[in-house]
Amino acid sequence: MLSVTPDVLIDLPWGQLLVNGLALGSLYALTAFGIVLIYKTTQVITFAQGETAMFSTFVAFTLLTAFQLPFAVAFALTLLFAGLFGALIERVVLRRISTTTVLNPVIVTVGLSLILLGGAGWIWGYEIRTFPDPVVGPPFRFGTIVLSQLNALIFVVTLVLMTILFAFFRFSPTGIAMRAVAENRMAAQLMGISIGRMNALGWGMGTAMGAVTGMLIAPINYLDPSMMGDVALKAFAAAVVGGLTSLPGAVVGGLLLGIVDSVAGFEAPELRNSIAFALIVIVLVVRPAGLLGRRETKKV
Amino acid sequence: MPSGARPLLVVNEIEAYYGRVCALHSVSLEVAEGSVVALLGANGAGKTTTLRVISGLLRPTSGSFEFDGKRIDGWSPDRLVRAGIVQVPEGRQIFAELTVRENLLLGGYARRDLGAARQEAPRVFDYFPRLRERLQQRAGTLSGGEQQMLAIGRALMARPRLLVLDEPSLGLAPMLVKEIFRVISEIRAAGTTVLLVEQNAHMALDVADRAYVLETGRVILSDRSAALRQREEVRRAYLGH
Ligand SMILES: Nc1ncnc2c1ncn2[C@@H]1O[C@H](COP(=O)(O)OP(=O)(O)OP(=O)(O)O)[C@@H](O)[C@H]1O
Ligand SMILES: [Mg+2]
Repeated sequence: MLSVTPDVLIDLPWGQLLVNGLALGSLYALTAFGIVLIYKTTQVITFAQGETAMFSTFVAFTLLTAFQLPFAVAFALTLLFAGLFGALIERVVLRRISTTTVLNPVIVTVGLSLILLGGAGWIWGYEIRTFPDPVVGPPFRFGTIVLSQLNALIFVVTLVLMTILFAFFRFSPTGIAMRAVAENRMAAQLMGISIGRMNALGWGMGTAMGAVTGMLIAPINYLDPSMMGDVALKAFAAAVVGGLTSLPGAVVGGLLLGIVDSVAGFEAPELRNSIAFALIVIVLVVRPAGLLGRRETKKV
Repeated sequence: MPSGARPLLVVNEIEAYYGRVCALHSVSLEVAEGSVVALLGANGAGKTTTLRVISGLLRPTSGSFEFDGKRIDGWSPDRLVRAGIVQVPEGRQIFAELTVRENLLLGGYARRDLGAARQEAPRVFDYFPRLRERLQQRAGTLSGGEQQMLAIGRALMARPRLLVLDEPSLGLAPMLVKEIFRVISEIRAAGTTVLLVEQNAHMALDVADRAYVLETGRVILSDRSAALRQREEVRRAYLGH
């Protein structure tokens, strides 16, 4: 039989790599979703998404270790913290800066990420810590495929969050208002929608989604101020691959990058990032607006 | 006021700039409660700018406003909508990505009361039956005329006290222009005050009680519609005879 597929690819444990990749990709997708949400509502591309997530994860760590709260409670409180934190960043910083050049928000969010890096190191230290496992127990097995309890939790949390968000944007007046702001800010104002309030909400929700990633990836990796560097980069790439203005695009991009990461990481770990970013370049060359992005059409 | 009714909106010597360019020099106007007031003027006269200022989208550099006897200077657009000033902007500006239903829902957003918004919907469908058939459709797929109906219907969902319309007949076929103006009369008959910007001076003067004529950021004429219609300069510049 003639086969065009190289043997190395046939021999891979595809099912397992896919499951692992989707779990990792879910985490990229959540963070990427946050970036796109903030961009769509506030027209600011945030470079602080990784560091706000890291900072929130440290807050969760404190709640779990110093206060000994159960994971679910710490998780909920951290989401609340991250939401308020994001809204505060919008109110106190971004609302006040001039957006006359696109560079201003970039510099401000990059600066913010550096401040948070330093701040977290100052408060919690730079040593690498282990984050408490949210779930313990033997993994689930489906034939040869192993699904760890943590990965199962990641799938459940991602599915639940995506369902809630889908319903929010589809059915709730506030969610529909956010879509309206994303499409036409002037008309949204004429509907009596407060742009300031929507900006704060967008930042709050986007930041909270990053915090979810942080709390679920810290048990896999480790906890230290630089924990989100790689994840945020991938999430950013996922957002861009998905089209930057498309929420479903962010999810598709995140899952895709997770799978590429997982397969490449198995076969050639040292080339993991190179392969992932080569793929991004290819996608953007072939489809400049991203996978699900719409080309900007200026209306007259 | 000539009509004897008290003014719902008073605009006092408004001056407004785009950057360093002065778009409004000193615009004053009054809209009596229950009336239709038209704002006429050539391209670039400052009609849209006046409406942007009234809706809070553009801050005037000087001048003052009153709505329903209250000072409303510096109010944010959303606060003005909640107070009852609702604008249908130039070029319709419907949310093309959202469905017709969602567009209408957002019209009532300021009322923070879905029940109240639902009460308003039948009235909107009375005016524009076609919208009811298109509820689940993406608004971007509507024809130009339907989009204008949606833009007006969406504004009515807020149950405005003052409905502000910026060139609602622009680009529409004559049949549709008639329909839009018929609805404007009905809206007024139902008790809503209307401030109307129009290029179509014939139709505007037909429906309006009073009109103001703007030229390069200044009010150069104002009178009752019937009187303005007789003025030589209006006939020549805006009525074409
Ligand atoms: N965003 C803007 N930036 C700078 N100048 C503007 C802007 N919008 C309008 N202008 C200028 O302000 C003046 C008044 O414009 P405005 O849009 O209010 O006119 P208009 O009476 O509504 O005209 P039209 O009938 O074409 O709609 C014009 O000279 C216009 O060029
Ligand atoms: Mg105009």
